[in-house]
Amino acid sequence: MAVEVLEPFLKGDTGRNTRGLLRLIILCTIAAAAVASRLFSVILDPWFNFRATKYLVQNGFYSFWDWFDDREASHPVAQLVYEPRKPAEEPKRTRTWHPLGRVTGGTLYPGLMVTSGIIYHVLRFLSMPVDIRNICVLLAPGFSGLTAFASYLITSEMTTSPSAGLLAAIFMGITPGYISRSVAGSYDNEAIAIFLLVFTFFLWIKSVKNGSAMWGALTALFYGYMVSAWGGYVFITNLLPLHTFVLICMGRYSPRLYVSYSTWFALGTLASMQVPFVGFLPIRSSDHMSALGVFGLLQLVAFVEFIRQQVPNKQFQTLLRGLIFVVFVVSMGVLVLLTVSGVIAPWSGRFYSLWDTGYAKIHIPIIASVSEHQPTAWPAFFFDLNLMIWLFPAGVYMCFQQLKDEHVFVVIYAVLASYFAGVMVRLMLTLTPVVCIAAALAISSILDTYLVAENPIPKETQANGQATSDSIKSAADVIKDSLRSTRNPVLGIYSYVSKASVVGAVTTYLLLFVLHCTWVTSNAYSSPSVVLASKLPDGSQHIIDDYREAYYWLRQNTPDKAKIMSWWDYGYQIGGMADRPTLVDNNTWNNTHIATVGKAMSSREEVSYPILRQHDVDYVLVVFGGLLGYSGDDINKFLWMVRISEGIWPDEINERNYFTARGEYRVDDEATPTMRNSLMYKMSYYNYNALFPAGQAQDRVRGSKLPAEGPQLSTLEEAFTSENWIIRIYKVKDLDNVGRDHGSAVAFDKGNKKKKTAKRRGARVLRVE
Amino acid sequence: QTAQTVLFDLWQRYLNTTPQRVKLIDVFMAFLVVVGGLQFVYCVLVGNYPFNAFLAGFGATVGQFVLTASLRIQTNPENKREFGSVSHERAFADFVLGSLILHFFCVNFIN
Repeated sequence: MAVEVLEPFLKGDTGRNTRGLLRLIILCTIAAAAVASRLFSVILDPWFNFRATKYLVQNGFYSFWDWFDDREASHPVAQLVYEPRKPAEEPKRTRTWHPLGRVTGGTLYPGLMVTSGIIYHVLRFLSMPVDIRNICVLLAPGFSGLTAFASYLITSEMTTSPSAGLLAAIFMGITPGYISRSVAGSYDNEAIAIFLLVFTFFLWIKSVKNGSAMWGALTALFYGYMVSAWGGYVFITNLLPLHTFVLICMGRYSPRLYVSYSTWFALGTLASMQVPFVGFLPIRSSDHMSALGVFGLLQLVAFVEFIRQQVPNKQFQTLLRGLIFVVFVVSMGVLVLLTVSGVIAPWSGRFYSLWDTGYAKIHIPIIASVSEHQPTAWPAFFFDLNLMIWLFPAGVYMCFQQLKDEHVFVVIYAVLASYFAGVMVRLMLTLTPVVCIAAALAISSILDTYLVAENPIPKETQANGQATSDSIKSAADVIKDSLRSTRNPVLGIYSYVSKASVVGAVTTYLLLFVLHCTWVTSNAYSSPSVVLASKLPDGSQHIIDDYREAYYWLRQNTPDKAKIMSWWDYGYQIGGMADRPTLVDNNTWNNTHIATVGKAMSSREEVSYPILRQHDVDYVLVVFGGLLGYSGDDINKFLWMVRISEGIWPDEINERNYFTARGEYRVDDEATPTMRNSLMYKMSYYNYNALFPAGQAQDRVRGSKLPAEGPQLSTLEEAFTSENWIIRIYKVKDLDNVGRDHGSAVAFDKGNKKKKTAKRRGARVLRVE
Repeated sequence: QTAQTVLFDLWQRYLNTTPQRVKLIDVFMAFLVVVGGLQFVYCVLVGNYPFNAFLAGFGATVGQFVLTASLRIQTNPENKREFGSVSHERAFADFVLGSLILHFFCVNFIN
């Protein structure tokens, strides 16, 4: 890897020495720029990953691997000591997914946590004790420097141009499409996954070019690392076979391809199965079948090639060709049969929704509810990739012109990734590396043409010096001066004006690119989701810190075992910052449980109170942005709760009931009774009227006037409301002491005595007991 | 009839032209095929209850077969042109590296 960089130093050539030194300095500067541009704001975000890492560092690797998420501070040593069980005292103490719990070791990709754990221990070994939180915060910027280096390597494999790799590195270092997922503190799987993606591709290109089993084995190792880090490894699993398949179909089978692909597949599949979350999926799931199929095909092709060299008979060769075709078709048929009969699991919903774009919206609302899973708009491409988006097709076109094995790879990668990025905003991330590579190829060829190409040597000196005796040339020499058109054409740009103007234009564009990237990064992608920043009229910054205020209230004022119910978006944050058990969280593995929460939120109080009781809920947390105009609140997410729970209980929840007769979603006077009686509506607007003069309550997100009389709550009581009313926490009341239902208890407390005291005997029922 | 003679010719050619070392590799590959086949038959007959154990054993034979085939291809003098950067000794070292990784994963996976 570093050989290319270091090579010039080892050979004693001064010019190349200088160039190598320059290259090293440029790469270091790029890495520094990549790290620096991610430090606009530093706040740790994905809380679950951080919590898991903390657990790993505190309790060691083995207990992390078998971690059933119950208690944060559980010490395995204490469990080994024999203690008589007291089941009455200790009910199930699950921290997440309250009644169910979560087998964390088997349901996460451990690569991220293990990486930061290793860095932590290495630094400790070097006697630089750094807090694990700082490592988690700075992991993504650090790895983005490595990503820049990896894209330098892979682009250098594509072309002989000296500048392409460096251009790709700087593009990859500062492009907003990648920064959006790797700012300091975004401690997410993508933080290391993109580096692994690009580096795996580099190793694959290298192994296909050299046909060396070592590079193939390295590809497999890094592929295994990638599998342990991110669910997007399926992209690699399908891209490498597709590359191989296309090469075979182009008639470019070579022994090199056999060596690299078989080594990668055999080792990589075994490596990927070591991750507990993946398990037997590479054998059982349809997502992985293309790799298996191409592996079989490659064996057949290699065998036939081997036989073909031995047999001179032409007919036999065609027979063999037929044989391979038949075998391939038959095994494809068997594969399809196995899929249909259910031995091999069909496409997983998340993956399938990439092909059938309407599928998720109808069948799995929980996938469609995430804003990152929506189709990408055009401006987003330009916003994230700026000038690269129009250099990208040019770069792909230039790959077609050369079309060696590695260029085929870039073309396939470009086509597939652009499709995926068009379907889903989130997959812009996998598109970014290939866009950087292609754009760097395009720009570097422009620069090579206009900057590096030397002036053509005048013909006379050339002919004298080199004495080349071409027949054409001699023929041209005869009538050299007579006709303009018969002179040897002089290729190359050698007027300084044209050189300077083109190079100047390109330089301007590149500088504008840097400006754009910095602007986008500082303005759009560096806003932490926990702390909201707003500008006061005089331009000064005002920080709205309601989330942490509320979470710390929970942490300090509630019993340790209090269960918090909220919508799943806030599950990890509550678990991490408030340190209280939650019912659902961002790992959406159990759709029914989420739908239960959705049903409790969207039903009448009488319906949701039993649900809350059954799940031991103590506090309910809602996010309300009506006072501040914070649009990402729970009323705006409310329809997704309705949709998700309607998928499970279609006869109890009906989305239509939440719309007015004209099909509008309103919260004001015209809101439907179902809407106004839903728990979510009541919790959001409870006591909200009191803030305003009578009859003037205003919701600033929906921009509507609220009804004069606010909702009444009978089964919950308000426990806490943050400064700007963003987070509201309610305590679930206990059962009534005298056994009344809550509605009548509240009515009694208010003194609403029934006016008619006349003894009206209702239809009495017999007491059963 | 023709197919039979063609196959017989093939066998004769193979016996005559293949060097001793390559024949050794081929015997090893045949052995791996037999072992893998036996495991598969056993799995079909008895059932795949410790599925990871079956996968580890079967994967080991398949992987080793593929690695050996790669070694055979790389050291074949006819493919000299393709593998400019890989000498025979380098190919063997790669083979050893690949096998070590393979066996590490298999032993880990068999539990």
